[in-house]
Amino acid sequence: MLYSSIGYYALIFGLMISFPIFFFSIKNYKNDEVLDNKIINFSFIQLILVILSFLGLILSFLFSDFSNETVFNNSHTTKPIFYKITGTWGNHEGSLLLWLLVLTLFIFIFLIKTKSLLKKYRVLTVLFQQIIIIGFFVFLITTSNPFNYVFPTPNEGLGLNPILQDPALAIHPPILYLGYVGSSIIFSSVLAATVTKYISKIWATHIKNWILVSWIFLTLGILLGSIWAYYELGWGGFWFWDPVENVSLMPWLALTTLLHCILVLEKRSTLSSWVIILSITTFSLSMCGTFLVRSGILNSVHTFANDPERGVFILTFLFILIFISLFIFFVFHKIEKNSSSLFALISKETSILINNWFMMYFLSVVLIGTIYPILLDVISSQQISVGPPFYHKLMIPFLIPFLIFMAIGPQLKWIKSKLEGKINFLILFLLSILLSFFILKSLSVKLLVNTILIGSAFYLFFVTVKDFLFKKIKNVSQNLSHFGFSLLILSILFNNFFSSEVITNLKVGEKFISDKFQITFSDLKKTDEKNYISFTGFFLIKEKDNEIKLNPELRVYNQPNIITSEADIKTSFLEDKFITMNTVQNEEFFNIRYQVKPFMIWIWISVLLISMGGALSFFNRKPK
Amino acid sequence: MYGRKVKLRFFFIVLILLSLILSVFLILKSLEENVVYFKSPSDVKLIGKLENKKIRIGGMVKKNSIKISSNDINFIITDFKNEINVIYSGAVPNLFSEGKGVVAEGYLKDRSYFEASKILAKHDENYMPPEVKKALEEK
Repeated sequence: MLYSSIGYYALIFGLMISFPIFFFSIKNYKNDEVLDNKIINFSFIQLILVILSFLGLILSFLFSDFSNETVFNNSHTTKPIFYKITGTWGNHEGSLLLWLLVLTLFIFIFLIKTKSLLKKYRVLTVLFQQIIIIGFFVFLITTSNPFNYVFPTPNEGLGLNPILQDPALAIHPPILYLGYVGSSIIFSSVLAATVTKYISKIWATHIKNWILVSWIFLTLGILLGSIWAYYELGWGGFWFWDPVENVSLMPWLALTTLLHCILVLEKRSTLSSWVIILSITTFSLSMCGTFLVRSGILNSVHTFANDPERGVFILTFLFILIFISLFIFFVFHKIEKNSSSLFALISKETSILINNWFMMYFLSVVLIGTIYPILLDVISSQQISVGPPFYHKLMIPFLIPFLIFMAIGPQLKWIKSKLEGKINFLILFLLSILLSFFILKSLSVKLLVNTILIGSAFYLFFVTVKDFLFKKIKNVSQNLSHFGFSLLILSILFNNFFSSEVITNLKVGEKFISDKFQITFSDLKKTDEKNYISFTGFFLIKEKDNEIKLNPELRVYNQPNIITSEADIKTSFLEDKFITMNTVQNEEFFNIRYQVKPFMIWIWISVLLISMGGALSFFNRKPK
Repeated sequence: MYGRKVKLRFFFIVLILLSLILSVFLILKSLEENVVYFKSPSDVKLIGKLENKKIRIGGMVKKNSIKISSNDINFIITDFKNEINVIYSGAVPNLFSEGKGVVAEGYLKDRSYFEASKILAKHDENYMPPEVKKALEEK
């Protein structure tokens, strides 16, 4: 009771603090030379209030205060303490409170970190950010209050969906949100810089850090979600082109493009229109993601409640923001026309522009694949789904030139570059194609396309390795990220080509024999855990001369009453061995799925490398 | 006539427009080919000509209809108006059971026989696919 009340009133006061911030910002924008300290102080108070509110919710969860509706709906006394705490953001209301927390935290950090920058620009950024903050406050308080009372107080809660009770998923939302919400600062800052005509090299250097931070967290957030889906959902895949995954990929694509553009702006003061549009796009896509996921339009584990009111609110809010930003873009932004921004056809600038267009193409494919079924449902109430073949067919052919440009681009110089003396790159390309041909020759796959595809990935791989080893002046973070990307594509492709699986139904004591594997279901053991009963299967798998033991698990949770299956995975650097078991109602048969997935761990490692590349650029600063 | 710069700019605009048209065309075409339609068992009965196209069928798993052997699983999807037999050999999701909602993806062999290649996993015991809800409401 107490903590919920504290949380609720902290939220209300937090919203009220927005008014003095607004008032002082406008006053300060017009009059003074220096930034009014009151703005910083009030932002700090607002942050403290939101933290207090969030703590209130965490404590309500921790002490299982079921008079709080959110706690009642999502918690249970037998749930382990760790999941009681992480359950705070494992639901709609709590996760939005987390959004708000990150929003207020970031603007506060922004204020302290930008003391040397133009005052008008700082004040205006605060103003734009406050519009977003107020939007979320109102959204939270009116449609998704985390502190609603339940009366009479229930004795027991409904429990958290068991598949969310998982360490990777406990930290997945906060990490992802740091990325999503980080784009809000970029958005506010870009609008402020456009209005104050502050888009410059200095501005680019400063906002680049924010872009990098959001990008790193977004990458890691997606990675965590993907790893979770791999071991928890039991399909053994890591990406399903599910709309909820796509909505995280879209801002990532926009943000990655933005990251490249901001480098051009920093070095060459050009592509400013790209930077503005991409910043707006990234944030809109993050909001759009929140809308699609939270409104209940997309049904998935992320959808906590079907509430049209929430969807309408976010959608209206999103349209207002997009309208404001486009208005600002067209009214205030003047395209620079100075000689220094010219560049030749063969130059780093051109290669980054090409990269942009490719990324925009990938983005539109994902966007259409995600939105089209929703639109069609609204217009004609026909229900369809768009599956992986759509994405594969449209992306793979374009991935080939994309990879090649990714290898060549960093070799070029700014302004103007020559292609002479680059003959060894051609030789390297031919070698890569040859290598991939020899690997694929014996496989029954479409030889031509796949040879070129893997060849291009190998090409990027070798070029980045060569650069790392021999190039004297190099950009280590770019090098590492591009290398990571080539590794990612290679491991995904090899994972696809060399995977094998067996699906069968077995009773305890039975044996499955095929020409490749021999699976023995030797035993089934039951154990009682704190909030579930576990059935562990004992399997013996023989493959050639190797013999391994795998113990997948079935968990029957008490509250809510859900059965989940826990895969057992043996990971090595070469391959993952993956087994899941499922029950079929009241039958003695268990549905067994055994998969051998090569290079699985390299998919995770390569994404880590990509984000590490971003992190490295913080430590890799040249002293001024 | 026109300067070199104007020509170059014109050339670029045409190039961009062409690639835009091309990519829109590509996307729409592949959308048409790869879209999977959702049908209820009653919809299936109304299909005029059987096409060899992947579809999804949703409804409830009929009580006492699951039959399992070492190779495959047979069951019946019903919308309480019409039924369809499904044969499936693959992994089943945790919440697949009699009397619960299900969505199967695969190919129609005839109007009452469906060969599923995938059964979709849902993660909530109260969950009912929106398509199923709709199909059930319409009855």
